[in-house]
Amino acid sequence: MSETTTAPPKAVEGTLGFVDERLGSTTFFGRNVKKVFPDHWSFMLGEIALYSFIVLLLTGVYLTFWFKPSMLEVVYDGSYTNLQGVAMSEAYASTLHISFDVRGGLLMRQIHHWAAILFMASILAHMLRVFFTGAYRKPRELNWLIGLAMFTLGILEGLFGYSLPDDLLSGTGLRITQGVAESIPVVGTYIYMFLFGGEFPGQDIVPRLYMLHILLIPALLLALVTAHLMIMWHQKHTAMPVKHQSEKQVYGYPFYPVFMAKTGAYFLFVFGVTALFGAFFQINPVWLYGPYDPGAISSGSQPDWYMGFLEGSLRIMPAWEINAWGHTLSLSVLIPALLPLGIIMTGAAVWPFVEAWVTGDKRQHHVNDRPRNAPVRTAIGMAAVTFYGLLWIAGANDILAERFHISLFATTWFFRVTFFVGPVLAYIITKRICIGLQRKDAESVAHGVESGVIVMSPEGRFSERHEPAREAEMHVLLSKETALPAAPDRDAAGIPAAKGPVGHLRSRLNRAWTLDDIPIEEHGNGGHGEGEQKAIEGSGESREAKR
Amino acid sequence: MKRITAWRRRPWAGYAVVLAALAAIGVVYAGFSPQTDRAEAHSSAQAAPDLENGRELFNKNCASCHGLNAEGTKDADGNPIAPSLIGVGAASVDFQVTTGRMPAMNPGAQVPRKEPIPTFNTSIKTDYDDPERRKQAEEQLAKAQKNVIDLRAFIQTLGGGPEVPPASAVDPEGGDVALGGKLFRTNCAQCHSFTGQGGALTGGKYAPDLHDVTPTQMYEAMLTGPQAMPVFNDSTLTPKDKQAIIAYLVNVREEPNPGGNGLGRIGPVSEGLVGWLVGLGLLVLAAMWITAKKPKKLKKS
Repeated sequence: MSETTTAPPKAVEGTLGFVDERLGSTTFFGRNVKKVFPDHWSFMLGEIALYSFIVLLLTGVYLTFWFKPSMLEVVYDGSYTNLQGVAMSEAYASTLHISFDVRGGLLMRQIHHWAAILFMASILAHMLRVFFTGAYRKPRELNWLIGLAMFTLGILEGLFGYSLPDDLLSGTGLRITQGVAESIPVVGTYIYMFLFGGEFPGQDIVPRLYMLHILLIPALLLALVTAHLMIMWHQKHTAMPVKHQSEKQVYGYPFYPVFMAKTGAYFLFVFGVTALFGAFFQINPVWLYGPYDPGAISSGSQPDWYMGFLEGSLRIMPAWEINAWGHTLSLSVLIPALLPLGIIMTGAAVWPFVEAWVTGDKRQHHVNDRPRNAPVRTAIGMAAVTFYGLLWIAGANDILAERFHISLFATTWFFRVTFFVGPVLAYIITKRICIGLQRKDAESVAHGVESGVIVMSPEGRFSERHEPAREAEMHVLLSKETALPAAPDRDAAGIPAAKGPVGHLRSRLNRAWTLDDIPIEEHGNGGHGEGEQKAIEGSGESREAKR
Repeated sequence: MKRITAWRRRPWAGYAVVLAALAAIGVVYAGFSPQTDRAEAHSSAQAAPDLENGRELFNKNCASCHGLNAEGTKDADGNPIAPSLIGVGAASVDFQVTTGRMPAMNPGAQVPRKEPIPTFNTSIKTDYDDPERRKQAEEQLAKAQKNVIDLRAFIQTLGGGPEVPPASAVDPEGGDVALGGKLFRTNCAQCHSFTGQGGALTGGKYAPDLHDVTPTQMYEAMLTGPQAMPVFNDSTLTPKDKQAIIAYLVNVREEPNPGGNGLGRIGPVSEGLVGWLVGLGLLVLAAMWITAKKPKKLKKS
C-alpha cells in the first residue's frame, strides 16, 4: 500500500523544522504525521478502550494515595454512621474513607469503575467489529491475538480490582475464585494455598491482588497497547469498501491535522462520559454491601459484566461430581469455569488461521468485508455472540426471575436448553439472512434500486420504477468477491487428487464456506445472469421494472 | 403522505422506527406491570376487642379456606389447601391481613402483597379537604383498625401464639443500626439482598422487596415466618436484635445515594446494563458525529 504524497501543511513544516534541527528525524516524522486514516464510526470503538485506559490510569493513581491494601482488622469510626463500630479489614475501611472522607474520592472511585466497565465493553465491541468485517485477516492476525491477550488481561485486572475493597460482594467473588482454583484436579489445593497463602480469606490475598492490579497487569497492558498501536500504524488501518478505497491505497484524512483533531476530541468525549457517569450514576456502593464476612452472603451477588458469562455458566451447570479413591472431582465447578472460556478464547485465537486454511486465501487484505459477503464467518460470529450472550444473561438469572416475576427454575432450564440450541439456530438464521441480503444486492446491481415512483402501464398495471444504483452505492455493492470454485477433485486426465483425511475435511469445509454464494457482478446493458433470467422473466411485474 | 414517504427513506428512519417501537413496548409494559402501593404504619387504637365481631369477620373472610373452626382444609388427595390457624397467634394474623396477603385472591407459589380489602385496609387516605369526606374516611379507617384488632384477638383465643409487638419494641429509633446491618447480612441478605431489594427463591417463590414494609410488619414477619420465610424466634434473634434489624432497614432505605442515581441498588447487573446501553451508546453517537464532520478545505489524500 502506498499513500498519495502531498506537501505537508505549514504548521507541520514549522514543527518538523524545530524537531529536525535537534533530533534530525524529519523524514520519519514527516512521513508519519500525514499518515492517512480511513473514516468510519466503528473504527473509533478501539479508541474508547485506549482512552478509558488512560482515564483508568489517572483515577487509579488518585485512589492509591488513600487505599490501604491490608487485611488488618480495624474498627470503623469514619463518617458513615451505619457502619460505625463495626470490625472490618483496613482495605474496606480505607475504601469507605475514600468514599466519604476524601475530597473527590467517591467521584474518582466511580469514574474509575465506570471507565473499567467502558474499557471492557469497548474492547468487546471493537473485537466484534474486527471479526464481522474480517479485519483480522492476513496480515493482521498477530494484532488480533494481541487484542485477545489484552481482553483476557482486562478480565483479570477487573476481577482483581473488584476484589480489593474487601466488601461482601467482592468477597463472594473471591470465594468463587477460591472454589475454581480448588476444583482443578491434582494441583487445585496447592494453587489455592499458594494464591491465598493460607486458609480463605487469609491475610495475604488483598496485598497480592493489589500488586498485580496496580503494577504487573497495567504494565503488561500498556506494553501490549503500545505494540497493538505500533503494528496498526505500521500496517495501516483497514478501511471499509468505499469508493476510492482499494487494496493498494488508503483513502481518508491525514493524521495531522484532521485525524489528530478528531481523535483528540474523542478523548475528551470519553473523559466526559466517564466523568458524567461518575457524577450521576452510583456504582459499586460498597458501604451498602458491608464488610466481607465468610458467614454472610447476599442474593443478587453478581460480578461485573465481563465476568458475567462465567457466572452464568456456573449457575446453569447441573451439580455433577465424581468421587473416587477418596478424591472429589467437582465437575460442577471445573466445567463451567474452563469450558465456555476455553471455547470462546481458543476459538477466537485460532479462527483467523482456520479461516485462511479453509478458504485457502493467502492474500493480504486491507479492505474490510461486508458481513453479508462472508455468510459462514458472520453466522459463526453470531453463534458465538449467542453462546456468550446467553451465558451472560444466565449470570443474572435471579435478578431476571425477581424483576420479571418468572420462576427461577424456569430461567435455569431455559438457559440450559438454549445453551445448546441457541448457537445452532443463530448460525442457520444468520446464514440465511446473509444470503438473502446477497440476493438483494445482486438484484440491486442487476435491476437497480427502488425509486419510490409508481408507474401505471397502459393495461392498468402498477409497478415501481427502478433506477440504477448511485456510483458510491454501486462501489459498495460490487465489493463482494465471487467465491472461487473449489479445486476439482479430479485433474484433466480424470485422476483423483491425492488427499489425506485432513485434505478431505478441508475440501468439505471449503465447499460449506462457498455454498449458496451469490455472485454480484455488473452485467452489460442491464442483462441478467444465466440463473436469474428464468425466475425474473416468469413474472410480469419484474419486466415492468426493467423499463 | 408524500412527506411520510420522503421521511421513511431517510437513513435514520429505521432507527427512529425501532426506537419508537421500543418506547411503545416500554409504555405498554409499564401499563400492565403490577404496582404495589405503599402501606402506612397503622396506629392500633387500643380498645377492648370484640370477639363476636372477630368470629363474624373470620366466618366471612377466612373460613372458606381455613375451615369453620380454623382447623385448615385439605383437598381430595389430602394435600393441604390452607393451614390451621390454631396457635398461629395475633402477630401472624396482623401481618397477613395488614399486608393484604390474606384473604388471598388465588393460590399460587406464593401469595403476593397487595392492597388490603376495604374491611381491613388500615392504610387508606384521610387527609381530604372536604370535611364530609374526611369524616367518612376517618370512620372507615377506625372501623378497619377495629376489625383487624377483633380478628386477631379472635384467632389468639383459639390457641395462643405470638402477640403483636408493642410500638416500643419496633421503634427504629431505639435500635443499633450497625448491629442491625451485621445481623441483616448474616440472616436476611441471602434472600432479601443487601439492602432489602428482594430476590428470587426456588419453585416460583421469592423474597419480597422490603421497601413498603412497616416496622411492625418486619417484627411480625421475623416472629412468625410467613410463607417461605423461616421463623426467627426470640432465642435466635432477641427482641433487641430484631429492633436493630428494623433500625438498619429503615435507616438504609431512607438513606440517599451519595453517588448519584442508585440504579435500583441491585448491583453489577444494572451497572453493566447502563454502562453498555447508555455509556457505549453515547460514545458511539459521539463517534458517528465526529466521523460525519468533514473538513471542507482539506483535500482528501
